[in-house]
Amino acid sequence: MSSTPVVRAEHLRKAYGSTLAVADVSLTVEQGEIYGILGRNGAGKTTTVEMLAGLRTPDAGTVRVLGLDPTRDAAALHERVGLQLQESALPDRLRVREALDLYASFYADPADPADLLDLLGLTAKAGTAFKDLSGGQKQRLSVALALVGRPQLAILDELTTGLDPHARRETWAVVEAIRASGVTIVLVTHLMEEAERLCDRIALIASGRVSAVGTPEEIVALAHGEQVLRVRPDGRVPDDVLLGALAGVPDVRDASVADRTLVVRGGGTLVQDVLVALDRHGVRTSDVRLDRASLEDAFVSLTGDGADASADARPSVPASASEV
Amino acid sequence: MTTTTAPRPTAPAQRRTLARMALVEGRLLLRDPSVMFFSLLFPALLLTVLGLAMPWADQPYDAEDPFLSRISGITGYTPIVLSLAIATVALSTYPATIATYRQRGVLRRLSTTPVGPGRLLVAQVLVNLVALLAAAALAVAVGLAVLDVSAPSQPLLLLGVFVLAVLAVFAMGSLVAALAPTAAAANGWGMTLYFVSLFFAGVWLPLPIMPDVVQDIATYLPLGAASQAMTAAWVGQPFPTTQVLVLAAWTLLATPVAARLFRWS
Repeated sequence: MSSTPVVRAEHLRKAYGSTLAVADVSLTVEQGEIYGILGRNGAGKTTTVEMLAGLRTPDAGTVRVLGLDPTRDAAALHERVGLQLQESALPDRLRVREALDLYASFYADPADPADLLDLLGLTAKAGTAFKDLSGGQKQRLSVALALVGRPQLAILDELTTGLDPHARRETWAVVEAIRASGVTIVLVTHLMEEAERLCDRIALIASGRVSAVGTPEEIVALAHGEQVLRVRPDGRVPDDVLLGALAGVPDVRDASVADRTLVVRGGGTLVQDVLVALDRHGVRTSDVRLDRASLEDAFVSLTGDGADASADARPSVPASASEV
Repeated sequence: MTTTTAPRPTAPAQRRTLARMALVEGRLLLRDPSVMFFSLLFPALLLTVLGLAMPWADQPYDAEDPFLSRISGITGYTPIVLSLAIATVALSTYPATIATYRQRGVLRRLSTTPVGPGRLLVAQVLVNLVALLAAAALAVAVGLAVLDVSAPSQPLLLLGVFVLAVLAVFAMGSLVAALAPTAAAANGWGMTLYFVSLFFAGVWLPLPIMPDVVQDIATYLPLGAASQAMTAAWVGQPFPTTQVLVLAAWTLLATPVAARLFRWS
């Protein structure tokens, strides 16, 4: 109805002793979106969402979540915001249905536990003890507990960490189903693929600050408006002929030859322009490869310690390499 | 988007939530076979085995003492078994469960709900109290019915001292629950306290045959004082003033310290 944002946080700051966990974070989450908070481990993501949820009081800055002050109105806020926290287990012998029934009793207007079990594919596991669930089932139960109070906002922290690819995909489908039911979602993650697949907008957090906000595509463009084209000519073509052919091609920013392969960096209609120019100089090509910067490259260049944004944009840096 | 504030939970609703939590915690306790055995059955079992098998069971408890010479060995051992029942729950089961709940994020998850984690602690204390009362009642019932344990000579004093002992030893268990950084630490600290306490309560060797210095130390420790005070009430010795004061002091000191130092995550 109104366009009031679900979350509005301005200049949040939080230190633990002499460690500054969050230096300056501002966020605006609009109704109905999946908002990603992406960053390395230790970047301040969890502390940020804990301040949004009223579990920690910011040292400075203001937060309003659904129009409430999380510190002052914690009880009212918890009635309307569901949280799935990292590494929150349940007692080993508590059964799935018992957990949901118990947590449903905490809220004024809870969802039907049976419906939730259905939505999360846990109906067959209703009588299973927590310790006998698989990792993916535990996470889905955790999501169910975050949703059982019919929240308007769900905050999901490192939802799929430790899950195998199959369970991860299942969990993503659940997140999309939740959004489809009208719940706004804040998703904390350090997984590029997850952010790219699910999020409408992403805030990239590094060292306790927001380093970029935008759609996944915007973030990528911000880091690298660049494409990298690799062309391997047929036969032996002298380097200076290859490089000479590119003279006057407008979108080329940089070109070099390495191991008989021409590597061209640039933007715009780079591929077409370069191939036409080469053809005009009689260079035939047998192998052409185009690398586009990915969200992962953007992540590395925007959150890395001094990483150069014009660095090679091969989308092959493993996600784990960016973890600290 | 409607922005009606959620109705504040009313007092009966809060009590219902607590009752529901206690019920769930109770079920969890019943599902744990080792806790079931040691918390509920072991005191009665120990008393029965000793009562039936030990030659000293029907001998005078202490021939030298004017009071203790009038009761049998197994009667003298019954208040000690009550101390054991208290200690097993208050120093082992209870702090280990709380520390596990903290370490595994059960408390943290509750802090994200309108209810908060405080009520789980209350539910845990309630459930453990019920388990402890059941264990104590079972041990006394078996003692009176099956073994030749003579009835306590001052039942009301016994009951009062028992309640005070429960409070004092739970306060000590709460200190462990509050301070232990991990579930493993809570287990380790709890078990150390447990076995040392059992020694001073006379579970391994009856207090009357221990050196005076051990008996004197025991008077100032929660479980030792509990054991001595319950023995006094059971056999009709003079009012155990020192022990009652010691138990009260432990309760009044340890409870606020535990509450103050308690870490939720």
